[in-house]
Amino acid sequence: MIYEHSRRGRRATAQSNIPLAELSDIPAELRRQNPAALPEVSEMQAVRHYTRLSQKNFSIDTHFYPLGSCTMKYNPRACNSLASLPGFLARHPLAPDTHSQGFLACLYELQELLKNVTGMSAVSLSPAAGAQGEFAGVAMIRAYHDARGDHQRTEILVPDAAHGTNPASAVMCGYKAREIPTGRNGDIDVEALKQALGPQTAGIMLTNPSTVGVFERRIKEIAGLVHEAGGLLYYDGANLNAILGKVRPGDMGFDVIHMNLHKTFSTPHGGGGPGAGPVGVSQRLAPYLPVPMADYDGSDYIWLTEKERPESIGRLSTFAGNAGVLLRAYVYARLLGREGMHRVAEFSTLNANYLLKRLMEAGFEAAYPQRRASHEFILTLKRQAKELGVNTMDFAKRMLDYGVHAPTTYFPLLVPECLLIEPTESEAKEDLDRFVEIMRTIQHEAENQPEMVKQAPHTMPVRRLDDVRAARELDLAWKADRE
Amino acid sequence: MPFIPHTEDDIRDMLGAIGVDSIDALFDEIPAELRCGELEAIPTGLPEMEVSRLMTARAREDGQPLCFIGAGAYDHHIPAAVWQLTTRGEFYTAYTPYQAEASQGTLQLLYEYQSMMTALTAMDVSNASLYDGASALAEAVLMAVRANRKSKSNRILLPRTLHPLYRRVVRSIVRNQGIELVEVAYEAGTGKIDRQALDAHAGEDFAALVIPQPNFFGVLEDVDQLTDWAQANAMLTIAVVNPLAMSILKPPGEWGAQGADICCGEGQPLGAPLASGGPYFGFLCCREKLVRQMPGRIIGKTVDLDGKPGYTLTLQAREQHIRRSKATSNICTNQGLMVTAATIHMAIMGGEGLQRMAAASHHNSMKLTEALSSLPGVEPLFDSPVFHERVIKLPIPAQDALRTLAAHNVLGGFDLGDDYPELENAVLVCATELRSDEEIEQYRSKLERVIASQVQTPCQLKPDW
Amino acid sequence: MSNTPKDLRYTKSHEWLREEGDGSVTIGITEHAQELLGDLVFVDLPEVGAEVTAGGDCAVVESVKAASDVYSPVNGEVVAVNEALDGAPETINEDAFGEGWMFKVKLADAAELDALLDADAYDALVAEEEH
Repeated sequence: MIYEHSRRGRRATAQSNIPLAELSDIPAELRRQNPAALPEVSEMQAVRHYTRLSQKNFSIDTHFYPLGSCTMKYNPRACNSLASLPGFLARHPLAPDTHSQGFLACLYELQELLKNVTGMSAVSLSPAAGAQGEFAGVAMIRAYHDARGDHQRTEILVPDAAHGTNPASAVMCGYKAREIPTGRNGDIDVEALKQALGPQTAGIMLTNPSTVGVFERRIKEIAGLVHEAGGLLYYDGANLNAILGKVRPGDMGFDVIHMNLHKTFSTPHGGGGPGAGPVGVSQRLAPYLPVPMADYDGSDYIWLTEKERPESIGRLSTFAGNAGVLLRAYVYARLLGREGMHRVAEFSTLNANYLLKRLMEAGFEAAYPQRRASHEFILTLKRQAKELGVNTMDFAKRMLDYGVHAPTTYFPLLVPECLLIEPTESEAKEDLDRFVEIMRTIQHEAENQPEMVKQAPHTMPVRRLDDVRAARELDLAWKADRE
Repeated sequence: MPFIPHTEDDIRDMLGAIGVDSIDALFDEIPAELRCGELEAIPTGLPEMEVSRLMTARAREDGQPLCFIGAGAYDHHIPAAVWQLTTRGEFYTAYTPYQAEASQGTLQLLYEYQSMMTALTAMDVSNASLYDGASALAEAVLMAVRANRKSKSNRILLPRTLHPLYRRVVRSIVRNQGIELVEVAYEAGTGKIDRQALDAHAGEDFAALVIPQPNFFGVLEDVDQLTDWAQANAMLTIAVVNPLAMSILKPPGEWGAQGADICCGEGQPLGAPLASGGPYFGFLCCREKLVRQMPGRIIGKTVDLDGKPGYTLTLQAREQHIRRSKATSNICTNQGLMVTAATIHMAIMGGEGLQRMAAASHHNSMKLTEALSSLPGVEPLFDSPVFHERVIKLPIPAQDALRTLAAHNVLGGFDLGDDYPELENAVLVCATELRSDEEIEQYRSKLERVIASQVQTPCQLKPDW
Repeated sequence: MSNTPKDLRYTKSHEWLREEGDGSVTIGITEHAQELLGDLVFVDLPEVGAEVTAGGDCAVVESVKAASDVYSPVNGEVVAVNEALDGAPETINEDAFGEGWMFKVKLADAAELDALLDADAYDALVAEEEH
């Protein structure tokens, strides 16, 4: 804890040798009486402390990280250093267009590029993350129906396998979320969909390949049904890795899509953000895109705001969203180019199918063994849980001891004891082979020393944590008097 | 192939293991008529050297003008160590800390962040951050509507002294949930929330009053009286504050008799570069009894099987991956990396370092407005104490003045004309601790010339019809 | 399953209900429900005076990994809540049918009770769910 290094009167003077300026023109009753209890440490103490903390993390740069639906691929360092050029870092968000041409050019080209990749008519980059992109997407669906005076549409359909954000976003836009079941083969239950569609349907939120990692083969038919009922189709493009350059949501019949640039376009996850969640739309939703947007008037790059786009659903962050993340994504896209994007889909799919095959050979059970994996796939450990008393969480924790970050566990909710595994295109064959060996080893341990596996991890900075205590006896901030 | 390690042998072996003869065969479940072509609008890939040349030219194109704009994003010193540590791969390329045992670095850091933010704001609890200041306020508004069980109205009092872009963002985010935002006027003389306009709402049913400190004009609001007023009228108070200012100003937890209920704001002044507006981070703090209504990630301290202290995500049942359509918000991410920077920034600067930075910014802004006010026709518009921004009135149209200054590489401030048409020729200016006396003098002398050239009616050329 | 009290009534959504003989009923969640949820960390109770409708959600029980709505089995007005649960949600884990009661409702119509399950029917339901 940084506060443990704190001593009264110790300060990092290299940063703050300016004398404390006079504040007497601010009335005393508006001033702070007791200084904030921040740590008082030397610069070196801070550097050591946070360097040590960093070393307690697994990360892409240090470990294989096959976390399904999160796309933990290599984050090229060039994206960071080029987005951090002094000219970009020092630029004030409200600088006039005359001092924004370089920056706006990057944004405009990124918009154009994302339009092409997704097959949509227009793109806005402003949503700050996937969930905000979802919100923007559903808000546009609502704006569209409202503009037509079609107020009876109160429901958004969501597959039961969907990420929890989908129904939460629908509710934030004032809609009811209604679940649609998934069939045994991983495809959506089209008969149930037909039953659910009606004049109350505002739209449906889907992802394809779906959350269970397989391609929805009847997508055209589904799009036709929803459109026939007067609803719109929302594509949760959280992850486009599997389809980049192969198939485009616009061609599948979707009206609106959000993309997580921190997945497909390899911007860093940063321990949980910042992300970026641009939205793309078909022609009929274009007027409603969130602002600001970048545009080119034939001679200059300009901002489009509420003034130029009065029907917009509005602004979702103070300025232009996570601009620095957008620059990183732009650099990544330029490094990859057209042919590189095809390869992303090809090699992420190759890696996933290879790993699935090898794990099945090693005796693990696939949730959808008859289906082709997309960029990710699901194993179920229900047999191990039942026969050995060693469940998915135990496997996941034991993996940490072998220096691999665990895949996503217990998601999607409809597959019992599941592991959602996404190796990404940047892992080499030998790393995938090693993962298979680790899974075999843990299986062997589960059969012979189940208690040891159930107690895992054994080599991490801490052992399993008491989550119940964390929630019952809330300790959310260090307080001097508590120590 | 960029970022793909496969050799020809690897590809052959892997396809053999899968039992297909080409990579393309792996896409056989996608109906053929849906397959797309070449992505012809996307340029071919460039080597790092070429992209580097392109980006360097683009960054240079925007110049590095002398910046006196604040208006929600502030140019402060950031210790070199902050971003060198923050971009360590272990922070930069880690995911959300779902596997707590393998994420203690990020988790402990977030707990330290929560501790520092509660210290700075004098609130009980903090979440692990939201997207930015404006969207954090939108979440605070939704939170207040959920939390104020005495209020049935879904109405919020939003003063016009709040940042106009924040008002727009809040509107976009909450408008589909039946929440009504009622604006409160400001006093023309002081630039503070108009108490008479506020009193007109006394006794009415509102879920919360939003109080900015400092407000958008840089002016300090009478936070004690406003907080007490809200409490007397059964409203929650939502403080929107500049976190750096909290090192010298009374923190929301101490406002009025009982303190504010919710506090949020833009975290950018704590270690995030201007960077065209993002990524920044929004912070959100509240009283302990409201913690279950708070959206976003929250880290708790607990113990492991051996009784050793450790950190974990807690109160997750509020979140969308468990509650789905009944979650407190749809938000999943925080702005982890920005919070990493902010935490290291606060640790290195310490309370006193932040105080010095804040006081120097205040001091420089006063110097700037004094210098500018020495020019004929230029004067401060409001007669109230400020933090580090101030509204000045020019003798010439603000838009023209700012455009000409920009042409001379000085960004002279934020034109208030669009958002406050009643304020004629008004500009919001800011000088942080980074602006030197020489730079302030540069601004003064350039503005002097701009005014002189515009006030002496230039001889008009007759249109050449 | 033999510890399902015979004197209570049950719902398909795993609430129990006890008639107090004064026109009010006491409501909680069953032993089986608390087992499914695991260690509870928080209970959100309705407010006294609130109107509840049969089948409407009116309380929430939370464990670390799950949150579950509690539905009122009957129509009526909440007349008491078990405030002791506030600092000790584990009481439900320890004594779901006793000290772990959640709230009391003044019945709008006593005839509604007939539609609820008895102990045997509830046991049968649980047995079926487990297959």
